[in-house]
Amino acid sequence: MENLAIKTNIRKQLMTGSQAVVHSLIAEGVDLIFGYPGGAIMPVYDALYDVEDKITHILTRHEQGATHAAQGFARATGKVGVCLATSGPGATNLITGIADAQIDSTPLVCITGQVTSHLLGTDAFQETDIIGISMPVTKWNFQVTRAEEIPFALAKAFFIAKSGRPGPVLIDITKDAQFETLHFDYKPFKGMRSYVPTPKLNLDKVKEAATLINSAKKPFVLFGQGVLLARAEKEFKEFIEKAGLPSAWTIMGLSALDSDHYLNVGMLGMHGNYAPNKLTNECDVLIAIGMRFDDRVTGDLNRYAKQAKVIHIEIDPAEIDKNVKTDVAVLGNAKESLKALIDLVIKKEHKDWLENFRKLEKEEYNEVIKKELNPKAKLMSMGEVINKINLYSNQKNIIVSDVGQHQMIACRYAKFKQTRSSITSGGLGTMGFCLPAAIGAKMGMPDTQVIGIIGDGGFQMTIQELGTIFQFKTAVKIVLLNNEFLGMVRQWQELFFDKRYASTTMVNPDFQTIVKGYGIKVKKINKREHLEEAIKEMLSYEGSYFLEVMVGKENNVFPMIATGASVSEIRLK
Amino acid sequence: MDKKRFTISVFTEDVVGILNRVSIIFTRRKINVESIAASESEIKNIYRYTIVITETENQVKKVVGQLEKQVEVVKAVFHTDSEIVHQEIALYKIKTGVLASGGNAEKIVRSHNARVLSVETEFSVIEKTGHKEETQQLFDELQPFGILEFVRSGRVAITKPMKTLSSIVLQLEELVKN
Ligand SMILES: Cc1ncc(C[n+]2csc(CCOP(=O)(O)OP(=O)(O)O)c2C)c(N)n1
Repeated sequence: MENLAIKTNIRKQLMTGSQAVVHSLIAEGVDLIFGYPGGAIMPVYDALYDVEDKITHILTRHEQGATHAAQGFARATGKVGVCLATSGPGATNLITGIADAQIDSTPLVCITGQVTSHLLGTDAFQETDIIGISMPVTKWNFQVTRAEEIPFALAKAFFIAKSGRPGPVLIDITKDAQFETLHFDYKPFKGMRSYVPTPKLNLDKVKEAATLINSAKKPFVLFGQGVLLARAEKEFKEFIEKAGLPSAWTIMGLSALDSDHYLNVGMLGMHGNYAPNKLTNECDVLIAIGMRFDDRVTGDLNRYAKQAKVIHIEIDPAEIDKNVKTDVAVLGNAKESLKALIDLVIKKEHKDWLENFRKLEKEEYNEVIKKELNPKAKLMSMGEVINKINLYSNQKNIIVSDVGQHQMIACRYAKFKQTRSSITSGGLGTMGFCLPAAIGAKMGMPDTQVIGIIGDGGFQMTIQELGTIFQFKTAVKIVLLNNEFLGMVRQWQELFFDKRYASTTMVNPDFQTIVKGYGIKVKKINKREHLEEAIKEMLSYEGSYFLEVMVGKENNVFPMIATGASVSEIRLK
Repeated sequence: MDKKRFTISVFTEDVVGILNRVSIIFTRRKINVESIAASESEIKNIYRYTIVITETENQVKKVVGQLEKQVEVVKAVFHTDSEIVHQEIALYKIKTGVLASGGNAEKIVRSHNARVLSVETEFSVIEKTGHKEETQQLFDELQPFGILEFVRSGRVAITKPMKTLSSIVLQLEELVKN
């Protein structure tokens, strides 16, 4: 960062605002961006044309696709995802992805073109108040109306997006500012008094937490994406191993620990595992790390872990006591906090307590997992497809899932051996996330096998991104689990609305023909005996591959915590 | 938990759009803002918003946490009425004739320690500073004489227990340097 000027070799050079945009990106180390051109952003596209050797621009087929691709890229690599869009509809099309990034703490910098500054507020062609529209869903946003503001605004944008609890930032640049000239002088942003990204660790609180953990008979760890975002996987593992702590991940915490680690007791939440949900209401000390007690995790708050002392290790002070009352709050970055805790906790095993988890795991295995993975029904189950991917791969894939039953099944059954290898829309539950996010993940991690798991509903929400795969020859693997239903909604209709299947039946087109049209290798199977071979073929195929599996139409995802129920009321059927 | 009246003081950088960011935190929880006042604070370029809401303490804490989380919010605090010194200003426009007639109106104005700001041939403007109950009382008493126009400002409040803003800012600026 110190040698930016040398790196970019253009210090104090006179240039246009649009050139300043691309040189700011280069100075930030950005070499891949996602976007879609249009009138108000054309000068920036023109400037990109000159730096094609430094920045690759991925033309998605919709601006929503650009945001999800940038999210997939950011989640897989830990870098900031960058999107570019024009004013008006281009900008509004970004909103879903920005909202998704906001709730899932994904660092994004979105740059939108805006009408010329003297037209602001006049309902000019393709003018929308994107600053106003995006305000509730951005960590920060800013409108640039003068070229000279550009380097500073972008430096600040990157700083804010990636520091502390990461999130999306939007910079709106009027067209005249893109044309104007400035003396380019890029300095990385160092911080501002009104923004403390990472609270200073309070060692007294760490001690208090350690005392509670050391005296606990039934301690239980809940961990979320905070572990991944802080790159604290190693410290986390050391911490739980030393103190002998059974640990459950939230959907956003997936892959922060090896799936098969002896202390990994599975997933929390509505469709999570039986043991961690049940035992939340039996533990004596609950240690939440980098997670925010989402309502899908807690169920009824009035009956949530009332017996337990709660320790919350968290970077965002606004999360403390937001949903669950905390006894000890350790504010700070998870890596620093855990480092400090490791030294203070006593080595323990908690064998008997862990045994409680094992018992319930067995129950869940017999009631649910065994049936899901070895079904007797003629049509395949989603679980057996995921299981075959586990079996025939080295489990070092990045699994990108969409939203619905297949997502829950993928998150429940996929094995993760590598950090940052689960990418899914957790907080917003955005159907259509998977396909573009998988593209972004693959572009960020070209040497890793990236497998998208998607439903027939969500697939058609961003299906146009097949065009992006075609144009950029992105070697993603797509597994369509086709149940010809909006499965998750249908499951709720079955369970809570007397099987009144209002608008959840999907009459689908021939996906094989469509996907083939995009130059992607396709296969469709509906018989179990073809599954093994199809998965093997997909995994070993060099290019992009689309595998459509016809699965049971009216299968349900269990276990399940019904809305309003307590975590301990989790049902196995 | 019972709802109470709280005064929230939000200190922000002087930037376009911050009022919008602040108000979103209230609207997303469907909290009605009873009054809002904004001005520069004792420190140049730091603005002070005084916002009054009636809510449970629990809810107010969360709101203040989310306010402070905004990148351009320097500090946000909340207080009950007993922890602050607060005032509102009200202006009343009445017919000058009512005041000049030597009747009760003038007595009422004087007894409230209100002040006649301006006297025109047609109308006069009276100013009263005080708590809402007090400015309301004057309103009620003047109403029989006919009030042509009435306006009341948002509450402004100075907090009793609080570290000085400048010490907070200094501390934050040290953090950035290190
Ligand atoms: C954009 C969006 N619209 C609606 C929903 C509500 N929703 C959640 S799951 C679901 C059904 C998903 O169906 P499909 O993609 O076929 O996956 P399945 O559940 O069958 O595996 C719907 C409609 C959503 N999450 N996102």
